Amino acid sequence: MRIFKTAGLLALLAIAIAFPLVFSNPAVTTIAVFTLLFVAATTGWNIFSGYTGYIALGHAAYFGLGAYALAIMCQDWHIPGGYIPFLLVPVAGLVAAAFSVVLGWIALRVRRHTFVVITIAIFFIFQLLAYNLTGLTNGSIGLGLPIPTDWSGDFFNIPFYYAALVVVVIAIVISWWVRHSKYGLGLLAIRDDEDRALGLGVKAGPSKLAAFVISALIVGMVGAIWAYFVESIYPPSAFDATFDVAIALMAFLGGLGTIVGPILGALLLEPTQQYFTLQFGQSGFYLVIYGALFLVVLLLLPQGVVPTLRARWTRFKATRSQQEEVAVSDTALPKRGEPRDTERKEGINL
Amino acid sequence: MTLIIEAVITGLLTGGVYALMASGLTLVFGVMDIINVGQGALVILGAYLSYVLEQYLHIDLFLGLLITIPVMFVLGLLIEWLFIRPIKRDRTMLSILVTFGVALVIEGVLNLIFSTDFIQLHAWYVTASFQVGGFYLAYIYVFGFLLAVALLGVLYLLLYRTKFGHSLRATMQNRTAAELVGIDVERVSAITFGIGIALAAAGGMAFGATTSFNANSAYDLISRLLAIIIFGGMGSLRGAMIASLGMLVVEDVTSVVWSPIWASTVFFILLVIILLARPQGLFGQVEGRKQ
Repeated sequence: MRIFKTAGLLALLAIAIAFPLVFSNPAVTTIAVFTLLFVAATTGWNIFSGYTGYIALGHAAYFGLGAYALAIMCQDWHIPGGYIPFLLVPVAGLVAAAFSVVLGWIALRVRRHTFVVITIAIFFIFQLLAYNLTGLTNGSIGLGLPIPTDWSGDFFNIPFYYAALVVVVIAIVISWWVRHSKYGLGLLAIRDDEDRALGLGVKAGPSKLAAFVISALIVGMVGAIWAYFVESIYPPSAFDATFDVAIALMAFLGGLGTIVGPILGALLLEPTQQYFTLQFGQSGFYLVIYGALFLVVLLLLPQGVVPTLRARWTRFKATRSQQEEVAVSDTALPKRGEPRDTERKEGINL
Repeated sequence: MTLIIEAVITGLLTGGVYALMASGLTLVFGVMDIINVGQGALVILGAYLSYVLEQYLHIDLFLGLLITIPVMFVLGLLIEWLFIRPIKRDRTMLSILVTFGVALVIEGVLNLIFSTDFIQLHAWYVTASFQVGGFYLAYIYVFGFLLAVALLGVLYLLLYRTKFGHSLRATMQNRTAAELVGIDVERVSAITFGIGIALAAAGGMAFGATTSFNANSAYDLISRLLAIIIFGGMGSLRGAMIASLGMLVVEDVTSVVWSPIWASTVFFILLVIILLARPQGLFGQVEGRKQ
């Protein structure tokens, strides 16, 4: 079973590597780059919000910080377009992570909805700072990034694609490691019952903060690559409120707190969104469709695709083994969903 | 000095209008344990409804409220029934996403119908002003404030002097216990949501008369409203009112003594600082452990 899994993963990776060589049309690779960036961002976000259950709706702040960090570094150090800005992407990620240490420490003093609102407030503070600190960010005029002049035509998107793929792999490896480590178990315990986890000796504060910083680091790197890809950044585009909700929606669609869920969600939603934008532009019609889709997904699959499918699979296997050997205790059949992974069983053991 | 006094007075008067919008939000949270992120979009929708009535049917803004408030109340019932009631698990978090989806749809529809041009509501009291002390004040600020006081007064009577108000407050205190003593919690929730949206309609009219807006103003508005209800303490009406007045005064004074571009930043930074000292907000209750 384990061999199949590894082989499958390697096959997926091979497909991802070969993709831009097969589909070299720039329109397709552009969508692919954005999709990979969202896969990485959603996976990074999920490491914090999915595992700890603290829904952060302000990660666009770290996305924007990464974007602006790269832009300012390239501007001040007169870095020409080419491969060098990619080497600065981790630095930009670290800048975002450094900010997230302080901001996470502030935000994580509170729980649940107050936490959500504080993350939103911090996001708006940074968006306003980007507008107002004109000396650093050039205000609403925005900043330009170096343009790689040597890359042209079909090749232009390729370096961005592989840079994004590297971040995706890093994000997934970290996510996998966290999910399978003792540290990750601590995070899941915090999600299920923070006070009880504290009582059992989980260092809740540092654990949450570490997860927060990891996710900010990944999202910051994504922001930096994104900024280099789109070539110029403005306060409303780098600090974008819809980004906050987009990654949350992708994770919710795929399955919050799973490894595959956020990847699947981003792979499904981002191309759809890009397609709608291409079809209708940034008009009201696009918003209506996107919002409606959003509602349908949330109401039909509140648990997400992966947990729903997994629950079906467990039930299917359980009924089959029940037919084979009659003595299967009732508890082996999960009644609804798979509680361990996705549900907070609030109010069940009242 | 007169500038600062002027800023304090306008801050208090606009704060009243924000209190109207925020009280709807905090009431819904208190009763249903959900955060209606769509409140900003619904306020803007209310403003556009008033705009349509005034522009095409020539109905006075305040008279128009007699139409828009019931319409928005019914819309609230509809949204609750369609989108909020089906959420069975993890209500707080899912409700944020669901109401955001509702807000996106509303924003998209408004963009389609009215385009993204900024508009402002018109009436004689929007342009006419009178002199107090050393400066001029448009009538709409006073009228808007009086409207807010009147509606919040009605809300107070509804909450504390009627049977429905008793069931509402009981639901607020303990949903399960309220259900056990025979209160139809679902019905109370639906009506509360309707009231919250209806208050947004009234707030939207006053907002649209004092500020020029388009559908995208909803983002700015909802971030302020969320800040206000968190600052006041989630679920506390008194907190929402005091926080609205306080925040708007701070913002107006900042824009006078420092610079308008820093007004909102100071607003949010103040919120973060206050929450560090008092995570539950001014009048919020420390959350008990949920089993």
